[in-house]
Amino acid sequence: MKAFFLLILVAVSAFGAEPIVVGSKKFTESYVLGEIAKMVLEQAGFTVQTRPGMGGTIILWQALSSGRIDLYPEYTGTISEEILKRPASENDMRKALEKFGVGMSDDLGFNNTYALVMRRETASKLGVSTISDLRDHPGLKAGLTHEFLDRQDGWRPLARRYRLTMPNVLGIDHALGYGALAHGEIDLKDAYSTDAKIAENNLVILRDDMHFFPEYKAVYLYRLTLDRRAIAALNEIKIDEAKMTALNAAAEKTKNYAYAASLFFHAPNDHAVERDLPRKLVRWISRHLELTGISLLLSIAIGLPLGIAASRGGAVGQAILAIVGMIQTIPSLALLALLVPVPFLGISATTAIVALFLYGLLPIVRNTASGLQNIPPALRDSAIALGLEPSARLRKIYLPLASRTILAGIKTSAVINIGTATLAALIGAGGLGEPILSGLNLNDNATILEGAIPAALLALLVQGLFDLLDRVLIPRGLRL
Amino acid sequence: MGAVLELSGVTKSFNGASALRSTDLQFQRGLTTALIGPSGCVKSTLLRLILRLIEPDGGSIKFDGTEITRQNAPEIRRRVGYVIQEGGLFPHLTARANVLLMSRHLGQPGEQAETRLAELCALSQFPTEALDRYPAELSGGQRQRVSLMRGLMLSPELLLLDEPLGALDPLVRSALQEDLKKIFLRLQQSVVLVTHDMAEAAYLADEIVLMNEGRIVQKGTVAELRDQPTNEFVREFLNAQRSVHF
Ligand SMILES: Nc1ncnc2c1ncn2[C@@H]1O[C@H](COP(=O)(O)OP(=O)(O)O)[C@@H](O)[C@H]1O
Ligand SMILES: [Mg+2]
Repeated sequence: MKAFFLLILVAVSAFGAEPIVVGSKKFTESYVLGEIAKMVLEQAGFTVQTRPGMGGTIILWQALSSGRIDLYPEYTGTISEEILKRPASENDMRKALEKFGVGMSDDLGFNNTYALVMRRETASKLGVSTISDLRDHPGLKAGLTHEFLDRQDGWRPLARRYRLTMPNVLGIDHALGYGALAHGEIDLKDAYSTDAKIAENNLVILRDDMHFFPEYKAVYLYRLTLDRRAIAALNEIKIDEAKMTALNAAAEKTKNYAYAASLFFHAPNDHAVERDLPRKLVRWISRHLELTGISLLLSIAIGLPLGIAASRGGAVGQAILAIVGMIQTIPSLALLALLVPVPFLGISATTAIVALFLYGLLPIVRNTASGLQNIPPALRDSAIALGLEPSARLRKIYLPLASRTILAGIKTSAVINIGTATLAALIGAGGLGEPILSGLNLNDNATILEGAIPAALLALLVQGLFDLLDRVLIPRGLRL
Repeated sequence: MGAVLELSGVTKSFNGASALRSTDLQFQRGLTTALIGPSGCVKSTLLRLILRLIEPDGGSIKFDGTEITRQNAPEIRRRVGYVIQEGGLFPHLTARANVLLMSRHLGQPGEQAETRLAELCALSQFPTEALDRYPAELSGGQRQRVSLMRGLMLSPELLLLDEPLGALDPLVRSALQEDLKKIFLRLQQSVVLVTHDMAEAAYLADEIVLMNEGRIVQKGTVAELRDQPTNEFVREFLNAQRSVHF
């Protein structure tokens, strides 16, 4: 067991030894700032890897403080409210962060504060221009991001401060919320003041007349162990509010964060976008195959012996089937979330592989057990009566007889894993989930399909490969 | 001569209900002994006890003078051939691979094994060109011939047959009965044959053990059973077999 975990660790650590790892949160601006940092550091001569769209503040902070990533873009308001959980000046912040081995860059030059936005037309009809004005319209429907609903500087404290009583508040994804607001399904949502969608969808920002929201100046948080020249390069990055809004708009229009980031350095170049897709596809698909391949091999290596043990029945057999079955009932997202805090796992491909491995177990264990149990008793008796010892019986007789059922289990496991592996992108492990996640984030179907179609084709291909494998691995005598 | 197999005081119960009452029985070397009796009288169970496929509750079984134990059972199984009604051939192996399974497993020289295989084909009237077929591609009679060859491959000191012809149609069955008789005679084989067909027992066996409800009712030649039945059951059982011509 231990040996197998070492094996995964070795397999996975092959990716993350030398380069500087840049993380980002799951929204457009964070992706773009991550890409900008990457390009700046590369120009300074470093090798850089990105872990785009890893999640929310907690996940990124944990990844940074535990050293799994080297830097990510953050906002001063978030640092004081969410990370340090107390108001602080920039100097206090630096001192407090130092205790975690974390440094903070100079601010990038723009303030992306939280804001509440409405359709311009509705706002002017109701005469709403400040957050205080909302008090007179409790009937408005608010669709807020889950993060904003939970934050220290989020909805609940804000409503308390402004004495708002709005019964119609629901949680909705950021990008989907813009769609809902445009279609009139909701009237109010939280936004970042540099969101490109604000101008695009003709929305207005309600003035924070009681100065509730803290400043959200953009900075990079980095490990203090980061190379001095890298830190200096980060401090050079300067972006104003207008520029950032433009970059965000470009990212959302082209669906390509790296391209938007490149606009920080030079004028638009439309060819870059097109040329990129095949290369990205190769990267996504090969990572996807790596995740599913390694986890499938592990599932087989551990599932077969477990299935053999389970086929013998008794308390141990029952327990194995019960535990493996229970793992399967944990929703895949929840399983990923449960594994992230486990030591040595965290936000990484290792975690994704472990989760996929656990998911892949049940079909293999169950089919191995039932395949072996369904061998006719007369054939078992014959194998014993011939004088074959137990290991030879298993190898030469029982496993070949059960091969069809076992292979069917492995096939099921492989196909399930290809689908489930798209979730690996949630914890920065890459694969075809990466475009799906960005697409969801951008509310852009074309980008979603860039990941979804190859994933579906891959599943079909694997299914076909296994059908061929059946002919090779299932003895001919069993196929008559 | 002497006994190749000796049962003393062997008992077995299933789920608390006694199946085999305390049984003493000897099987003579070089002879064919038929175990006969109505369905459910524990004939198959007796063979399974000998092979230690199930553990007896009490008593001892000696093979060639040695008591069979859980420990030495694997080694003794290789000196005993076993053929069951449906053949028990492994469907994923060809006829040849089924017959040669143990020989290969034990690392016997291939040439020696092939010679033995050719001998067995001749003896069992099995066409050598069918050796590379899978069980599913063989007729019922051919399957039983392959199963017999597999049982004889390692020249066992004892052959246990559990209704080997039970599933065959009458013509195939009678042809195989003739072949079996020749083979047993030629090899001087010690055989225990389980059957519920008195005609088959009379034709093939030197000695008959008639069983009922978990115990031996009478042991002897066909003539002895016919002329000196020890009780009413023996008489009834023999009379019930209408087509018997002694
Ligand atoms: N493993 C077992 N567990 C429980 N009962 C069994 C087992 N094996 C055989 N029996 C029972 O013992 C009886 C004798 O079976 P068997 O030896 O197969 O009879 P025969 O071969 O004479 O027809 C049957 O009633 C059968 O149900
Ligand atoms: Mg029987």
